[in-house]
Amino acid sequence: MTIGLLHYLAVAAVLFTIGVLGIFVNRKNVIVILMSIELILLAVNINLVSFSVFLHDVVGQIFALFVLTVAAAEAAVGLAILVTFFRNRGDIAVDDASVMRG
Amino acid sequence: MVLQAIAFWMLALTTVFAALAVISARNPVHSVLFLITAFFSAAGLFVLLGAEFLAMILVVVYVGAVAVLFLFVVMMLDVDFVALRQGFARYLPIGGIVAAVLTVEMALVAASVVSGGATALSNGPQYHRGGGASVTNAEAIGRVLYTDYIYLFQAAGFVLLVAMIGAIVLTLKHREGVKRQDVGAQVGRTPAKGMRLVDIKSGTGIDP
Repeated sequence: MTIGLLHYLAVAAVLFTIGVLGIFVNRKNVIVILMSIELILLAVNINLVSFSVFLHDVVGQIFALFVLTVAAAEAAVGLAILVTFFRNRGDIAVDDASVMRG
Repeated sequence: MVLQAIAFWMLALTTVFAALAVISARNPVHSVLFLITAFFSAAGLFVLLGAEFLAMILVVVYVGAVAVLFLFVVMMLDVDFVALRQGFARYLPIGGIVAAVLTVEMALVAASVVSGGATALSNGPQYHRGGGASVTNAEAIGRVLYTDYIYLFQAAGFVLLVAMIGAIVLTLKHREGVKRQDVGAQVGRTPAKGMRLVDIKSGTGIDP
């Protein structure tokens, strides 16, 4: 049994769905929301790399590298915002974060 | 090729179940540990695909930096703090499970690579650009990344710089009443300013 492109795409699709689901089921815990976003970006990377390998074009891996860069920057800034938020409010419950009446 | 199929299914199922555990775990520390497992398994999938460079970058950047950052923040904020204080032994079983899964995965991927069938394709990935089949994955990426995509590469570095400065600015706290070293004042100090000559009459003190 050979493993083809569809197998990798299925893994990526399941991972993406789990990430989106995680954002919805963990509405209160912003740390888990950030981790879910990381899972989504990982799914995107799996898609990019598998297409890159199966279509014989290395540019997909380069784009995955940029996605990785942006994901790292996003995690750093998001966690910094989280620390500031915690310092100002004393907890990290985001569902009652309505200071700006949003 | 059957070993490669076994490795793929093991890595894929581990990734998916670890991702499910990330979003369903009660304890955020467990979530981070499962996130590490998911990223590690995805790195194994990248090795199976023949993208070794990205696999190693995934381990270094995600497991080494981002996951540790998450762990640091989870531990620093007092999420479930009473449970966190109960010590190391509480996380030993789950940490042991994660370590065991990672070890088995590494052995499986290594066995696949050694037996010659690491990639999903018959004779390894071949790219139109970047030197064809004769160069390694990292060399193929480097040949394209540093030539055609050099401006995007620089822009990615700039994104990281902005993120770094942003994180520092966000978390920097100016406390009042903290004694700090003022280098400018120290360097600007001269003998004339640092010394005061006073004539004291006998029997009197010095004005404060």
